[in-house]
Amino acid sequence: MSESRLPPGRLEQKIRDHKPLYTEAEAFAEANRCLYCVDAPCISACPTGIDIPTFIRKISTGNVKGSAKTILDANILGYSCARVCPVEVLCAGACVYHAWDRPPIQIGRLQRFSTETALKEDADALYKQKPATGKRIACIGAGPASLAAAGWLALEGHKVVIYERKSFAGGLNTAGIAPYKMLADDSVNEIDWIRSLGAIEIVTGAEIGPSGSVTPARLVSEYDAVFLGLGLGDDTRMNVHGEDGPGVFGATALIERIKLDPTLSLDGVRRALVVGGGNTAIDAAHELALLGVRDVAMVYRRTSDVMSGYAHEMEYAKRHGVQIIENRVPTYVVRGDGGKLVALRAALAKDGKPVPGTEIELACDLVAIAIGQSKAGKIALEFQGVRVDGDGRVVVDAATGRTGHPKVWAGGDCVNGGKEVVNAVQEAKIAVRSIREALRG
Amino acid sequence: MADLSIDFCGIRSPNPFWLASAPPTNTGGQVQRAFDAGWGGAVWKTLGNPIVNVSSRFGGIDYGTAKLMGLNNIELITDRPLDVNLKEIYETKKKYPKHTLVVSLMVETKEEWREIIRKSEDAGADALELNFGCPHGMCERGMGSAVGNEPKVLEEITRWVMEYAKVPVIVKLTPNIGDIAEPAEAALRGGAPALSLINTVKSLMGVDLDRMVPLPRVGGASTNGGYCGPAVKPIALHLMGQLTRHPQVGKMAISGIGGISTWRDAAEFIALGATSVQVCTAVMHHGYRIVEDMIDGLSNFLDSKGMRSVAELRGRATGAYKEWGELDLDYTVKAVIDADSCIGCQLCYVACMDGAHQCIHIPGRTQEQSLAAGHTHVPDAIPMLRVQAPDGFPNRFVPFVDEKECIGCNLCALVCPVAGCITMKEVPGPLGRPETWNDRVANGTDLVPGGLDATAAARPPR
Repeated sequence: MSESRLPPGRLEQKIRDHKPLYTEAEAFAEANRCLYCVDAPCISACPTGIDIPTFIRKISTGNVKGSAKTILDANILGYSCARVCPVEVLCAGACVYHAWDRPPIQIGRLQRFSTETALKEDADALYKQKPATGKRIACIGAGPASLAAAGWLALEGHKVVIYERKSFAGGLNTAGIAPYKMLADDSVNEIDWIRSLGAIEIVTGAEIGPSGSVTPARLVSEYDAVFLGLGLGDDTRMNVHGEDGPGVFGATALIERIKLDPTLSLDGVRRALVVGGGNTAIDAAHELALLGVRDVAMVYRRTSDVMSGYAHEMEYAKRHGVQIIENRVPTYVVRGDGGKLVALRAALAKDGKPVPGTEIELACDLVAIAIGQSKAGKIALEFQGVRVDGDGRVVVDAATGRTGHPKVWAGGDCVNGGKEVVNAVQEAKIAVRSIREALRG
Repeated sequence: MADLSIDFCGIRSPNPFWLASAPPTNTGGQVQRAFDAGWGGAVWKTLGNPIVNVSSRFGGIDYGTAKLMGLNNIELITDRPLDVNLKEIYETKKKYPKHTLVVSLMVETKEEWREIIRKSEDAGADALELNFGCPHGMCERGMGSAVGNEPKVLEEITRWVMEYAKVPVIVKLTPNIGDIAEPAEAALRGGAPALSLINTVKSLMGVDLDRMVPLPRVGGASTNGGYCGPAVKPIALHLMGQLTRHPQVGKMAISGIGGISTWRDAAEFIALGATSVQVCTAVMHHGYRIVEDMIDGLSNFLDSKGMRSVAELRGRATGAYKEWGELDLDYTVKAVIDADSCIGCQLCYVACMDGAHQCIHIPGRTQEQSLAAGHTHVPDAIPMLRVQAPDGFPNRFVPFVDEKECIGCNLCALVCPVAGCITMKEVPGPLGRPETWNDRVANGTDLVPGGLDATAAARPPR
């Protein structure tokens, strides 16, 4: 993989990789622990169904290129998934070693070893695209779902144009992954490899909409197929007094700046509060702690045992000092001179709702709000026949990924409401199969 | 505590654990450190006219991450001057009078044998081991396994040695031969009272696929070397077992060699008739210190079996090494999978499907799915026993052995990664009485239906 082109001095670069690339010797030793199970439960636990025992066996025989191919055939973003997948609750969580009370195989690290090695040494030799078909496909949004779809479609010989609202490609893979799992540079490098697979063009800064630079009507008429990989929208607001102003961030917006914005500084931030109990909340809190903020606490409206964030991630964040304030709901942002953030007022919560008269003030220099993201369904509705459900998720046929519009498919967070990269890849894979069939006519 | 001391041709040794003639017995310093660690004896690195060696010399074969399943070497006999070796032998024997010090020898002419035997005995050797086994380098010069391969030459040289030697003589045999009894009988005819085996097996350790040169590599070439280590133990047990059950050769003292790494390996060799055992590769891998567990483990084992000495163990299994035709055809075992320790890897299933008799089933399949998977017989009911596992672990079911179809081959038990999970249960055989193939031949009931017409037609009428 090539050198990153991202600017230096970004905060995420201060955080060290918690699971560094295995050396060849480490990978060999771990690969040899694998029992090579039959109908292995790790395969069933992988949303993309990677043949894990086979790719691990190939590491043990020294066939690293073949190993990477086994991974990428099932999951074209197998590299970033190796870095970001919650393997503890997926493949590694299903390892038969658990039944033996022995540590599971480090599947994520082995997958990273194979894919990273192959993308470094054999990137051009892994796939050969088919002859150009003359068909054109538009992908909306440049996150993992669209990138996976684009890669596979390009290999089929189709021309793919990805339209992205933001100034960079990769979506949350570039701007949302906890830096101790993967830096933005690695996402950018993976995107470069995806682009190398065939005729893929990425248009950033594109405004999709009836009045935008790219209209849905034009997309549907000019392209043979459209794939909606819209992701999710902006961070949900708390809707409390004082929310707007310095020191208060949406969590994904804050993480994006930690990863990409060299001008962001946390100097002077000693006490940070993160509102929410999901994985984004844990990530934001964990990253702030790792970046040296002395007191970091999550403010959650229920008890930690019912948090939606993964228990293993919470435990890991706690090890780096993150605390949890349970059963509290923010009601007011307290600001001092010049609007400077001073504290967050939070009430006791009963069933997640504030109980009047129970407020306390939690002093802080930074607040990150991680209580969800808006759905991107609005854009989807601009395509005739496409429906969204009551939760704002784009409705597709699960077996094909096709929407109510015969030329429009969708996948990823905009369909599933916000899951893992690996789910987005699988949904893209399903859509690509259907698009391939449809284009064959 | 059991008595571990042994009597090998009249030589008392504190225990049966000797170092084989090899790199670990190259110098006095090494042998003395080994004796300090607890080794009962050592066979000095083969003496002869000094040679020159090459670099590199050793090659290893691993299995997964298990290192040195096998080792080979293309090192020759000692490359140090004879007088240096003899001086160190003298000093060592003087310092360790109760330990067994055997000197390995390899020379060519009768006069050379006479001289080296005298010098070795003068230095204090308790016994002499004749290296007729080394299968690399020296054999190209007419020594080592070149002698072991020619029973007549072996017999003649043994006679020379017996003429000169005052101390017991051990003839070391090569496994690189068709019938091990031939050189053994030749040694007996030559008058030797003892044998040791096996020397190393002729081998190439691999091929360097970048340079296209076999291993171990010496510049742009390699040569065949001597193979040893855990991988050769079954070969050594067989060859030694052939001799310990031999009516005449079996009366000789035998020192067992080949892949012995633990007290258990040693106990197996002794149970098959060895008086002492010799170790090399395990020491080259882990050092002299392994002997502490060998002594401790063998002693505990003998105590647990109520045996008071190593001598009581010796030869206990020799009689049970028989010809195939003497095995009981009615003896029957069936595989049993312990549901409590099964981890659901299903390796037993695939081994049985592809490598055996398709009698292990995955619970939860329909009859059609089972047939499609390759089963030819599907039992009526397959219990749905869940693999015992922590909460959250996916549903896995314990594979089911169809006893009716199981032919008791052991394969599932051999591949199961969980020790003790799959066992072989004895069940009554179809006949209800023992019957061997030889019995059938004697009774004329050995024609198995389904064979060639010509074979059946050629049989005399019953």
